[in-house]
Order: sequence, then structure tokens, then C-alpha cells
Amino acid sequence: MIDVLLLRNYNTRLVVICTMLLGCACGLMGGFLLLRKRSLMGDTLSHATLPGVCVAFFVGVLLGGQGKSLPLLLLGATVSGVLGCATVLFIRNNSRIKDDAAMGIVLSVYFGAGVALLTMVTKMPDGAAAGLESFIYGKTASMVLSDFWLLTVVTLCVLGLSAVLFKEFRLLCFDEVYASAQGWPVRLLDGLLLALVTAVTVAGLQAVGLILIIAFLITPAAAARFWTDRLDRMLLLSVVIGGASGWLGASVSALVPNLPAGALIVLVAASCFLLSMLCGTQRGVLVRLMRQLRLKRSIGRQHLLRALYEILEADGERGDGISIRPVAFRQVRGRRTWSDQQLRRCLRLAYNDGLIDAVSKEDGIILTEAGLEAAAQVTRNHRLWELYLIEYADVATSRVDRDADAVEHVLGEKLVALLEAKLVKLSSADALEVPASPHPITPGD
Amino acid sequence: MEWYSIDTWIVVVGILAAVACALLGNFLVLRKMSMMGDAISHAVLPGLAIAFLITGARSSLTMFIGAAVVGILTAIFTQWVSRFGKVDEGASMGIVFTTLFALGLLLIVQAADHVDLDASCVLYGAIELTPLDVVWRPQLFGYNLDVPRAALVLAPVCVVNLLFVILFFKELRISSFDSELATTMGIHANVMHYLLMTLVAITTVAAFEAVGSIIVIAMLIVPPAAAHLLTDRLDLMVLISVVLAILAAILGHVTAILLPGWLGLDPRVVDATSTSGMMAVMAGLIFAVVLLCAPRHGMLVKMFRRLEPVTPAESGG
Repeated sequence: MIDVLLLRNYNTRLVVICTMLLGCACGLMGGFLLLRKRSLMGDTLSHATLPGVCVAFFVGVLLGGQGKSLPLLLLGATVSGVLGCATVLFIRNNSRIKDDAAMGIVLSVYFGAGVALLTMVTKMPDGAAAGLESFIYGKTASMVLSDFWLLTVVTLCVLGLSAVLFKEFRLLCFDEVYASAQGWPVRLLDGLLLALVTAVTVAGLQAVGLILIIAFLITPAAAARFWTDRLDRMLLLSVVIGGASGWLGASVSALVPNLPAGALIVLVAASCFLLSMLCGTQRGVLVRLMRQLRLKRSIGRQHLLRALYEILEADGERGDGISIRPVAFRQVRGRRTWSDQQLRRCLRLAYNDGLIDAVSKEDGIILTEAGLEAAAQVTRNHRLWELYLIEYADVATSRVDRDADAVEHVLGEKLVALLEAKLVKLSSADALEVPASPHPITPGD
Repeated sequence: MEWYSIDTWIVVVGILAAVACALLGNFLVLRKMSMMGDAISHAVLPGLAIAFLITGARSSLTMFIGAAVVGILTAIFTQWVSRFGKVDEGASMGIVFTTLFALGLLLIVQAADHVDLDASCVLYGAIELTPLDVVWRPQLFGYNLDVPRAALVLAPVCVVNLLFVILFFKELRISSFDSELATTMGIHANVMHYLLMTLVAITTVAAFEAVGSIIVIAMLIVPPAAAHLLTDRLDLMVLISVVLAILAAILGHVTAILLPGWLGLDPRVVDATSTSGMMAVMAGLIFAVVLLCAPRHGMLVKMFRRLEPVTPAESGG
């Protein structure tokens, strides 16, 4: 086991380092592809290399060689991959066919042409073409030193070019139209990005095979996306996840017999994805659920406070100003369409926050001092927003309550200050007072 | 070129597969899920492996069921990942199918010591071999018809797809273009989605088991995409895609026989090339012609329109 982890065995060392390199390069390219919504480009590309491989073999035989020379086949695969990319871009730019269909067309037609050529090649008399298709379904466990050098060169090229053109690629990913309006050569950049993807795909394809390349180009990037909203961090994380899955998968495969490295690496990357999807700090499922829950709670609290305030305010209009008094449960219940259960949950949370005193059957609901202050604040925000809508958005007074309700819970402090400034100019009223409601408030009970 | 009854059957099977796929493909292309066929045809591997491990035999029915179930699961998982994780649909498709494929590979390797089950031999049917697997020999007008198994499998799939598209045309149309509108009109866009995906999964598995995955992937996308360039009406688009799919299937087999001769290869050594490959190529060729010459969305028309001076009446109108 230590032998494997320290990479003492030559073959293991080669496999582990190669898959790590490839994981890094693919992770980086995958990040850009994901943001361009072209994740399946790796799939398309790796299928589109087949006709090139066959043609290269034909040419090799015609030139008198035995046809299966690796550089020639790689060249064929690259040319055919680049042509495939060009076709995708051509279809996309010149018709209303979308990216996904364009990729599917290129995938199936090129692969079909490849199969047709391959069938002829394998039927040719000398049988030299046997195993040509294994070229694109490579085996991870049988890598050689030339693979290592190829992958090193390609990875360095990809990392270097991405670092140099980072700003351009970023603009391309986020706002293509703006980039072209600013005079950037968008199509050239797009082509360059895809050329890099092609290089990675072709280099990796014969080393580790089709499925692993496809997974490497999608999964690490998609996993990284859950953790951050910043492109540089996301790409870095994607590179790390890609490299780590390559290392872990290949090492475990070397330790345990009868576990193919390619499949293991895919599964390690997929586990990273699943973990990130659940726990990612930016877009993970749990974080988003928590955010939703928190928002829902804060909305519930604000509804409760405003309802209480408006009930107390109605008393005040009869003469004695706003003072704290017990409010019957029934009265609050009538102000909104909330169920007993919802209201009870709101009350419990408000009690925990110290906004109301303990609720009892006899006394009803009693606001604390802090609660009254918060309630005034909430009501004030609501009314400010209502006034703003009436004044600037021409919303009818009778329906402004609903419209304001939809927005007020997400008002930031800055926005409230801005509204205040506007409304102070509008009415000479003291900005710190709760303004009177612009519409009659229907009593709930 | 010599034409035997075998060739007729190959073309018939090819047409059945092509039409079954093209019918559903229209809605995949409109929903920007064109790669679903590709994803499913890779992802079914664990279904095949599990079906094999459970029954211990390479019975085609259990394998078919296993593959179809995993095919449907692929669609469901893709939907989950893209909805709950807010991941781009293409990416979630890619993650799901590579993961399932890797799982299948692991299962097969564990079982492969004592069985002959390998990814390529179960996954890819060959359309050239379908006429050899004859299961039904009816007499019709004095002729002996040797109906191959593939035709018997694909014909009902084709009919079911046709019925589905005809019966649910309105629902499919609205939910493909505007799923929110569909929901407000009382159509369950979700139900339509899963129904469509179930049919896509079954069609994909049935067709690639019979004739190979290339035909499936190509016919799900290419004829509908070409039809999309030819018309703005969905009903016409479906009709045109079916016609183009039939055309591609026929031309595909003919060119598969002729191509080696055209390339100057000895016909006694290389008698024909892959029919499924050539069907995909012919579909691609048809798409290329349409892309150039389509009456409203074609490139030539657009180019001429750009060159033509705009008359005041036109620009005013």
C-alpha cells in the first residue's frame, strides 16, 4: 500500500501521474465549457475523432507504412476533432439550431462516418487494422512514457494559455454579446478555446478512453460550481478536484485487483460532485434550503409584527397613542390568510427572539419593548415602499398593499435609506416616524 | 448493385428505427435535450449487467427490461440533478451517464471472470445481421415473408410513438414551448416530460439493441433539426422529420453497398460498409443540404436577403 502511495512501482507511478495531469487539464477546460453550457462538447469531440483516425490509417497504408503509427493517428484525430468543432460552431452561428442539437448532429454524423470507414478498413485484406477502434476506447492501466510526455506538454500548454487569456475567456463565458460589442474577436477566442479542448481530448482519449474524458470534462467543473461564484476560484477548485479524482481513482485501482482505473476515477469524481451538490457553500442544496427557510421565517416574523402593530395602531386612532396591550390570538389570525399552525410557529419563533412575551390563552399576545420597536420598523418599511410605489410606479392605492408585500421582505438597508431620502422630499413628514397608511386598513376580526 | 430480400429487410428495419426515433426527437430538439439518446445508450450498461447477474443468462427480455429501467432512471436522475442542483441540463446528463457507465463497467468486471459479457457485444446490435434472426414466417399473397425479430420489436415501438405524438400533440406542443403556460392551462408539464422521457428510453434501448446506437443518436437529432429549419409549424416539422428519416434510412443502405466501389476498393474483398454508419452520414448530408437551401432559414436565402437592396416599401412595412 505504501508502495502505491509513494509511487514506487514504475507502472503505477506513470498511470497515477498521467491521470492526475489529465484531470487537471480537463478540470480547467471543463470549467469554461460548463459556463458556456457546452459540457457535452467532450462527448461530441471524442466521437468526432473516429473518422480522422480511420483516414489517417488509410493514408498511412497508402504511404506504404503499416498505418498504425501513433503520431499519424493522433494527427488524424486532431484534424477530425477540429473539423467537428468547426462544424458545431458553423451550424450554431449560421442557423437557428441550438448548441445541443449542433453537438448531437456532429457527434452522430462524424461517428457514423467513422464507423463506415472503420468497417471498410477492417475488411481490408492484410488485417492490419485490427484493434484500431481500441484507439478511442483506451485502457488506463496500459500507459507508456510517450503518453506521459504528450500529456505533460498538452497540460502545460492548456494551463499557460488559459492563464494568459484568462480575462478574454472570462468575458467570453459570461457575456459573449458584450465582448463582441467591445470589439473582441469573439469567434476567434471561441475557436481557440475549443482547440484547447480538442487538444486535451485527443491527448487523453488514447490514454484513458472515451468515458473518462467525458466525465473529466464535466464532473469536476460542475462540482466546483457549487462552492463559489468566482471564476478563478471555481477553475482552481475544478483543477484540484480533477487531479485528486485522477490520483485517488488510479491509486485505489492499483491497490485492489479487478477494479478498472477509468471507472473508479469516474466514480470518485461523481462522489465529489454529489458531496458538493449537497454541501456546496454557495449553491449547494442544503445551503439553498437553509437560505429559503431563513427567508421564510423572517417573512413570517415581519407579517406577525406588522399585524400586531396595525392592530395597536387602530387603538391609537381612538385616542391614546400606541401602547402595548394584549392582542387576542383570534384578532391576529384574521389579518392574514395563515393557518393556526403557521401562526403558532411564527409566535414561537418571535418568542424565542424576545419580540413577544409568552402567549397564553387569557392574555393573548403581548409585544415586548424590543418587539414594538421592531414592529414599528417593519411597518414603516412597508409604508415607505407603498408610498414609493404609489408615487413612482403609479400603482393604484387600493392594491398597493399586495405589491409592497411582495417586495418589502428583501429591502436592504441601503434601499430603505434611499426610499427615505426620496420620500422626505415628497412629504415634509419626519422620516423617522411611521407614516400613516395610504389606504384604509381593514380590521381583521 | 445487387439487391436481395435481405437488403429490403435491412431497409425496413432501418426505416422503423429511424421513424420511431425521429418522431420523439422533435420534442427533444425543441427542449434542448438532444443528447438524451446518446446519454441513455451509454448509461444502460449497469441495467444490462444487473439483469445478467440476477438471471445468470443472456436472455434478451430481461436484458431489455434492465436496460429500459436504467434508461428511464437516467432521464429521472438528469432531471433531479439539473433541478435540485441547478446544474445545466447538458452537464447533468453527462455526469449521470458517465457515472452509470462506470458503475456498469465495475459490475461487468466483477462478473466477467466466468461469463462472456462485455460492453461492446451486448451494447451494439448490428443492422446488417437483423434479417438473419427470423422469428416469424407468414404467408402473404403466396410469398414467404421472413420477418426478422428486430422488425417485430421496432414496429410496435414505432406505432406507440406515433400514437403518443398524435394523441398528446397539443400537450406536447405547449409544454415543449412554454412549460409554465402548460401548467396554468392544467397540463402537467412534468408528467408530459417523464412520459416523453420514458418513451425515449424505451425507444433508444429497443432500437440500439436491434440496430446499433449510431442510428438512434443520429435519427433522434438530425432529421428533426433539419425539419426545424424547413418549417415553423410543429405538425409539419414532425411530418417532415419522419420523411427525412425514411429518406436517410434508404439512402444509407444504398450508399453502404455502393461506397466501397466508389472509393476504388475491390468489391470481392470489401463488399459493403456499415449501414448504420452510412445512415447517419446520409442524415448529415440531408441536414447539410437543408442548412444551405432551406426556403426561409437556409444560409443561401439569408445571404441573398442580405445582398438585396431593401426597398422603401419593405422597410416601411
